[in-house]
Amino acid sequence: MNLTLKVWRQNGAEDKGRIVEYKMSDISPDMSFLEMIDVLNEELIEKGDDPIAFDHDCREGICGSCSMYINGEPHGPEDLITTCQLHMRSFKDGDTIYIEPWRAAAFPVIKDLVVDRTAFDAIIQVGGYVSVNTSGNTQDANALPVPKADADAAFDAATCIGCGACVATCKNSSAMLFTSAKISHLALLPQGKVEAQERALNMVEKMDELGFGNCTNTGDCEVQCPKGISLDNIALMNREFLGASLKSEK
Amino acid sequence: MTKLFDNIPEGPLADKWTKYKADAKLVNPANRRNIDVIVIGTGLAGGAAAASLGEMGFNVKSFCFQDSPRRAHSIAAQGGINAAKNYQNDGDSTYRLFYDTIKGGDYRSREANVYRLAEVSANIIDQCVAQGVPFAREYGGLLDNRSFGGVQVQRTFYAKGQTGQQLLIGAYQALSRQINKGTVTMYNRHEMMEIVKIDGKARGIIARNLITGEIEKHSAHAVVVASGGYSNVFFLSTNAMGSNCTAAWKSYKNGAHFANSCYVQIHPTCIPVTGDHQSKLTLMSESLRNDGRIWVPKKKEDSQAIAKGEKTALDIAEDDRDYYLERRYPAFGNLVPRDVASRAAKERCDAGFGVNKTGQAVFLDFSDAINRLGKDAVEARYGNLFQMYEKITAENPYEMPMKIYPAIHYTMGGIWVDYNLQTAVPGLFAAGEANFSDHGANRLGASALMQGLADGYFVLPYTISNYLADDIRTGAISTEHAEFEKAEKAVKDRLDFFMNNKGSKSVDYFHKKLGKVMWEKCGMARNKEGLEEAIEEIKAIREEFWKEVKVPGVQNSFNQELEKAGRVADFIELGDLMCRDALSREESCGGHFREEHQTTEGEALRNDEDYTYVAAWEYKGDNETPELHKEDLKFENIELKQRSYK
Repeated sequence: MNLTLKVWRQNGAEDKGRIVEYKMSDISPDMSFLEMIDVLNEELIEKGDDPIAFDHDCREGICGSCSMYINGEPHGPEDLITTCQLHMRSFKDGDTIYIEPWRAAAFPVIKDLVVDRTAFDAIIQVGGYVSVNTSGNTQDANALPVPKADADAAFDAATCIGCGACVATCKNSSAMLFTSAKISHLALLPQGKVEAQERALNMVEKMDELGFGNCTNTGDCEVQCPKGISLDNIALMNREFLGASLKSEK
Repeated sequence: MTKLFDNIPEGPLADKWTKYKADAKLVNPANRRNIDVIVIGTGLAGGAAAASLGEMGFNVKSFCFQDSPRRAHSIAAQGGINAAKNYQNDGDSTYRLFYDTIKGGDYRSREANVYRLAEVSANIIDQCVAQGVPFAREYGGLLDNRSFGGVQVQRTFYAKGQTGQQLLIGAYQALSRQINKGTVTMYNRHEMMEIVKIDGKARGIIARNLITGEIEKHSAHAVVVASGGYSNVFFLSTNAMGSNCTAAWKSYKNGAHFANSCYVQIHPTCIPVTGDHQSKLTLMSESLRNDGRIWVPKKKEDSQAIAKGEKTALDIAEDDRDYYLERRYPAFGNLVPRDVASRAAKERCDAGFGVNKTGQAVFLDFSDAINRLGKDAVEARYGNLFQMYEKITAENPYEMPMKIYPAIHYTMGGIWVDYNLQTAVPGLFAAGEANFSDHGANRLGASALMQGLADGYFVLPYTISNYLADDIRTGAISTEHAEFEKAEKAVKDRLDFFMNNKGSKSVDYFHKKLGKVMWEKCGMARNKEGLEEAIEEIKAIREEFWKEVKVPGVQNSFNQELEKAGRVADFIELGDLMCRDALSREESCGGHFREEHQTTEGEALRNDEDYTYVAAWEYKGDNETPELHKEDLKFENIELKQRSYK
């Protein structure tokens, strides 16, 4: 198939950036979206141009590296997949495709489609863990049964890949879905319950400090999340946060 | 010539590690904060090591090339992690896990290291549960297990098809906790470019900041390389696009030996290649073989009709299907180890029974499982894998059997280490897939996660302390030392070369060319003639690369082509070493299959008399032949047998 790509090019954080048009021909429907960009980049290199920078690594939807807007949607038109899992059979001959980086104040552009998402790491660092040493001298793993429903719910929240689509799609650039997924994952398990309120307080404070916006319950994050992380996590987080705020003298 | 000492403690096998821990030297807490440790890589081994060493109070600097330490390729491991817990009451024990791992590795690994791995395996599960890793549970609230290839017990713990992700996030969380405490400094988007040695000891690294292009000098009292495996030497593999051998290769060129590089694992259940544009291969978890049955048509005309699209799998009658693994290996059936399953698929496809356009695919069929357990039960076990398959191939595996083919997946070979996980260079340690130590010639499923975490959480904290106990009076290492200047200059010269070379071909052109040679001549089956040709072809690729490689952009900025150029330059050199290693090993064992050495039934034929050793290669100079050192493997507890899964 033949396609027209309109790609955001930005040479470093200081550059203003612009959309540049590229014509593509003979694209196979079996190609992945990123393989299509690989083909374009090989052409650009051959011509002596700078190839398009984009984050990608595992190319199987789990590392969370890939991060681009495709026709205005994070990770493109299909549900429950990342950009690297998107295949060209989702497009048709003659299509024009707009490709842009995540847009959020807390995710500044590094180059072209590459953004800096270390703000997510910073949120985890202030409490997204159970405070246990890694000595292995803990109790036997089966000493504390966990109801299957709780374990499954914790797992569902823990499948977040930290890609940032939730922030990118939110009109407020809120990181509530990301933050709440970690808070729920740990609060739902007895091992993480002890610190649940303090964790919520610290992570939410950090999130605000880093320039992520507020949540206005639009729910677009849930729709665009490639892992289907549920909005229910935000409700659970608010409960822990409220509990903590009432107790806290901060 | 350096001599290799395995430094295995004396005493009975089961007591070695306990005795080691009791005798190991310690660094007192007040001294630890004056000692710096560099950890390269943030996968299971590196992330766990950095977190644990930070927790102990050492000053840790952790490096990864990805934008976050949460993204290392351990995250993509699907199936599970082994541990000798015997929760299922099916006769499992530390000894049995040890035995299975040695046997699965085709008797080419070190008994003492493997026993230690089996011994600490149970702690890993306890540790991970305490950290909040959400493993699959039964309705009673206790942990669930499943079985994996090459074993007859259920010892694999899992979190749906995302076990690697959950374990890595566990290690990442432990690491994040230490970053918050200030014991670990994180250097993400940094690439390790060179090892710095002072007076024969590893004392630091040269790193490149991938955002600014700046070259940085970092000193330490010890350096841990946990940079993963080298499957991407084949270009197409299940590894992440950025997975590379550079840290391991720089270690080798600075005196660490590279061992058993010809042992690579071909995973039997990957999604087949569709065309030249292919950038990587996607694995479907081995756990699928618990319930999926592998077959090809009995009649060639049926295979051809399927390839042409005239028939589908559903048109082939039960009697016309060849469940070749069940036929050849009735005792293990579809659960034979990975190397055996992969070669059996290649054998059927080479004989003309493949089931897609390229002729390189076999069926993995779930219809029996769906009939027996119901669709819901199958979905609960494999839902996300089925979804992934459908997204990639546009076929629904609940209705139509999956098509699969083997792909390069894991490298058992790696940096040679002793019992301390220390390389031939004092102060330079290697952990996880980057070292060679525990899997012999073939790794069993669900053992990579086990090894990565065992090395990082439970082994290195003891062995590095033991080493650093002699360094408490050294004081901070200055990066002004001449060795740092020298290493920095070498790194800058190489980058300058890439930027200034007015070549005509992209980095990927060379990488693909190398990958093709490796896959055809040093892949699933090897022979003397092919390997000798490969060495010549790789030599030609190397010459052309340094003449014709073209790197666009500028050096002091974000430049992904420049990153790739350095990695591919190292892959080319490693490819040469792999072929030499494969050529020198005149036997078939595990992932290394030499066509000259097989039984009349086509099974791998080992030569225990002459090859029960670790082949550790020492770098001798850029255009010199590397020197082979042999570490004899002594089996004091296990009797060597021909592996049989029949």
